[in-house]
Amino acid sequence: MACMKYNRPEENKEVRLITVESLSKSFDDFSAVKEVSFQVGKGQVLGLLGPNGAGKSTTMRMLTGFIHPTSGNATICGYSILHEKELAQAHIGYVPENAPLYDDMDVREFLEFIYDLRGLASEQKKNRVQEILKLCVIEEVELQKIETLSKGYKRRVSLAQALIHNPDVLILDEPTDGLDPNQKHEVRKVIKNLSKEKTIVISTHILEEVDAVCDRAIIMSHGRICFDGTPAALKAQSPTGKLDDIFRTITQRQEALC
Amino acid sequence: MLSPQFKALYKKEFQSFFKTPLGYVFLVIFLFGLGYMAFEPGRGSFFLLREASLRAFFDYIPWMFIFLVPAVSMKLWADERKRGTVELLFSMPITVKVAVLAKFFAAWTFVALALSLTFPMIITVLILGRPDLKIIFLGYASSMLLAGAMLSVGGFFSAMTKNQVVSFILTVATCFVLLMADSPPVLELVGTFAPKYVLNIFESLSLQGHFESMGKGVIRLSDLCYFSIMIGFWSFSSIVLLNENKSE
Repeated sequence: MACMKYNRPEENKEVRLITVESLSKSFDDFSAVKEVSFQVGKGQVLGLLGPNGAGKSTTMRMLTGFIHPTSGNATICGYSILHEKELAQAHIGYVPENAPLYDDMDVREFLEFIYDLRGLASEQKKNRVQEILKLCVIEEVELQKIETLSKGYKRRVSLAQALIHNPDVLILDEPTDGLDPNQKHEVRKVIKNLSKEKTIVISTHILEEVDAVCDRAIIMSHGRICFDGTPAALKAQSPTGKLDDIFRTITQRQEALC
Repeated sequence: MLSPQFKALYKKEFQSFFKTPLGYVFLVIFLFGLGYMAFEPGRGSFFLLREASLRAFFDYIPWMFIFLVPAVSMKLWADERKRGTVELLFSMPITVKVAVLAKFFAAWTFVALALSLTFPMIITVLILGRPDLKIIFLGYASSMLLAGAMLSVGGFFSAMTKNQVVSFILTVATCFVLLMADSPPVLELVGTFAPKYVLNIFESLSLQGHFESMGKGVIRLSDLCYFSIMIGFWSFSSIVLLNENKSE
């Protein structure tokens, strides 16, 4: 039941689910993202790495249509985020940084609200919400107020809202940030399960995450891409064989250039 | 035809008034305050007027609204931006315009609910005499329009800041100036630096003036246009503002 209600005209639009072309964003005189281009194919899990302030979140916010790029374009399932924003958004599930949620609602009510907000068919609402509660392992808290939940549960509720319309593309901004090791493991398990059928972009500054879930890594620093390849290729570049070291070398090199 | 996004957000926003004490506190203070002021044994009170009308009641509406309506509107956007849920909301296929309108109408419906709960007033005057129902109806209609204008001002200031208290204070101050725009102290102050035609424009902007003229039982096109323009202008400004600052 991929993308339940929305029309997807041509099949060939789907091969490259995300294309980003010279995307830039400036805030006043500070440019956060500079001419970033990449493509993500179907079924890939892309890890967007970089130090804090590298432009990862800004890139993701542009992809999800939350902020407007200064220049450049991006398409999601063939739909431009500039000209067909709502269609592009219909194909994305998004977990923003820190996973903000409406705290005064209970979990089921919140998911039903998101379902309606997405304009999906109301006859299937009950079933779909039930499915999602099960998929994200949050059935036992479905009637609890969101503000009373632990961080780990909140993160899974946020994942659930991103999955409610069964999107082809998932964009997760630091989905495991601030969680304890057990909660991290739980969230990663859910992501790993999803990676079989979805195209996922995860931003993180935790390098172990790349090894754990990603099959491709892009390192960003100062708004530019400075590495694009598989985690194995990244490791191979490191003299010590550690991701940490090569990450530091690459980002510091970029810093020196700036 | 209303979009599903509008309906979903409208419903959620309306219900949210009853998820916190805000909705109940508003209803209790509004109903008790208005009832007390209309019947208090001072000048111009219901008993001294000795007529079967709601004049004493409607006279106090602007002064109740000036504190209570900004309390309803202050959280509309400030809260979303502070908690970051605005990012969640606008990653959904919903436009800023639809979101602003859905929130505005939800808040307006809430005030309508509060006003409708004053129905015992109507029953009281119906028992005591034969009131002019047309005037009562227009009194309620003009109260709704006044609330709509104040809510749209409040929505704008709520979109401007992440801080609900700042949004509340700015809304009260703006609504106060708008209410009093045709009163001698305000006009005298403006008159010290502005030419006569600015003074006339200022006078015609008064919320109170348009509210009262409609409450007297006369429907004037100029009053209807005034309230529509007020609501339209402030709502449009909210949309422009949110498009600019939603990500900050």
